Amino acid sequence: MNELRRRIGQSEALSGWAFTAPVLIGLAVFLLFPIFMALYISFTDWNGISPPFQAELIGLQNYKDLLVNPGISRLDFAISVRNNLYYVLGVVPLQTSISFVLAVIVNQKFLRGKSFFRSAYYFPSITSSVAISLIFLFLFTQNGAVNKFLSVFIPGDLDVNWLFNANGVIHNALGVIGIETAPGFLATHGFLGQSWWEWLAGPSVALLSIMILATWTTIGTLMLIFLAGLQNIPVELEEASQIDGASRLQHFFRVTLPLMKPTLFFVLTVGIIGSWQVFDQVFVISKGAPQKTTITLAYLVYREGFTNFSMGRATAVAFILFVIIVIFTLVQRRFVNPDEV
Amino acid sequence: MADVQTPSETETDEQPEPQADPADARQPAWWRVSKRVLGYSLLLFFAFIFIFPFMLAIITSFKTQPEATQAPLDLIPSPATMRAWAEEIFGSGQVNFPRWTFNSFFITFIVTVGRILLDSMAGYALARLKFPGRQIVFAVIVSTLAIPAIVLAIPRFIVLGTLGMLNSYSGMAVPLAVDAFGIFLMKQFFESIPREMEEAAKVDGATVFQTFWRVVLPLAAPGLIALTILSFQGAWNEFLHYLIAAPADQSLRTLTVGLALLRGSQGQGLDFPVLMGASILTTVPVAIIFFVFQRYFIQGVAATGVKG
Repeated sequence: MNELRRRIGQSEALSGWAFTAPVLIGLAVFLLFPIFMALYISFTDWNGISPPFQAELIGLQNYKDLLVNPGISRLDFAISVRNNLYYVLGVVPLQTSISFVLAVIVNQKFLRGKSFFRSAYYFPSITSSVAISLIFLFLFTQNGAVNKFLSVFIPGDLDVNWLFNANGVIHNALGVIGIETAPGFLATHGFLGQSWWEWLAGPSVALLSIMILATWTTIGTLMLIFLAGLQNIPVELEEASQIDGASRLQHFFRVTLPLMKPTLFFVLTVGIIGSWQVFDQVFVISKGAPQKTTITLAYLVYREGFTNFSMGRATAVAFILFVIIVIFTLVQRRFVNPDEV
Repeated sequence: MADVQTPSETETDEQPEPQADPADARQPAWWRVSKRVLGYSLLLFFAFIFIFPFMLAIITSFKTQPEATQAPLDLIPSPATMRAWAEEIFGSGQVNFPRWTFNSFFITFIVTVGRILLDSMAGYALARLKFPGRQIVFAVIVSTLAIPAIVLAIPRFIVLGTLGMLNSYSGMAVPLAVDAFGIFLMKQFFESIPREMEEAAKVDGATVFQTFWRVVLPLAAPGLIALTILSFQGAWNEFLHYLIAAPADQSLRTLTVGLALLRGSQGQGLDFPVLMGASILTTVPVAIIFFVFQRYFIQGVAATGVKG
């Protein structure tokens, strides 16, 4: 009997399954099953209150309401896609480039106090998104710290009402050169119920503030990842460049940059996936206001599901968001191919 | 900001100090000097940008409400007041901050202990044990990393409802205790430590679990510390899951959910000293862990980037 127990205890096959069983059950219950369930819900009109499997199956209705049928659902979806797209296209390049430049500087040999800078930059990344959002809410109020601080450099009293300003920054820029209203074609034509002029509004000033917040919190993490990548480059390569008579700049562009490609790929992927899902900051700072210019897709999922009780439509939005993220990641992969160094 | 260094950090991360850099010596003096000035200015500017908001939040928590809105940049509160801290946050204010703080700690504790056990066992099995289906199990676990949290929000709400776990500590903690990233991290870690000790234990007739528990886990201390820190940070800062798992029960609010809903309930007339104080309160536990264990934080991030 003891011998049998010992045998069982020493069997790698049995132990392997025993060791992984708790997580597999957990993942099945809280991740895999929910995913299929969500897919099912997205074909129903479930209201979040009645038992979910009694909800009526309505086929592709939710998806049609978002993508085809004219109406408020389609318009809100279009607005969220526009907001989120500007958010991603702004935040990802900004946070990637700033964190890369900082990593290159922190990696310089002459630099003292490396660990101080590293910690200072990384600190915002580890703190609660809710707490940080509240702090930014305070900084960006109309007579808040940001305006007071900028007034030092810009003549006149600055009172940008950051978080309540719904004007798109591209519209604002066009206004400066005298274009106030849409040229005919852009106003009369559109996509998903939103005119091209509205699509081209750019992020609102309020959304821009949230973008600044997101960039600010993410730079630290990305800088550390870049720094790890830079320190992984063998020192011998630099010596080789010197022997060949290459300048520092040549070495940087011909050797360092190409070797950083896999790291860059990773940073872009993480950035794209993360910024498409922005939620906490919107929830705390603006709840989608002003004039829906800060509604993102993740926030739309929450709003449709938990305040409007259209769980079916909410999960449909969630799945479209999932597909958008996958597409963006794949497209990005084509541009920055990590395998060809 | 204190620059805490653990003794071994200097050995592992820091490169030898400047002088011995021949390429640098070949450059003209003006370039070397301006490069340093430019580099340091940029770094100091960003250090200011990253740290100043936190300092301002601390200062604001000691201001009166009118002063916080009218003179947000004044660095010395006048008059300084303990109202936010003594009356609202730790006193008998309108909201139950002590309860939120307890909930945050309690749930974070359960999630962290759960992840340490589950992730290290699964990570070990995937790194070392040859069992049929191992590849598939690993593939499934890694693929769940790609699922966005918001996609899971509604179905998790349903699952928790069906299991009767809505508005309960278990519903808030258990789904977070199952974590694919931690498994991945521990698998990587176990693969990096030598096998000899395990082989010896096996020859001595130890069961797989005994080997894991008595031989492997003690060796895995650095990996476990990294996992503990990441779990603590993740569970402490989590917002969306708690918001969805305990929507109705006020006594189950964590600091993150409580704060976010408090902001919502205050509408336009925000009590900034209290909100800033509470934000700092929410930041402090993770900050302490960060400064004590920052080497592990930084290694953890570096590992995700290089190996991932």
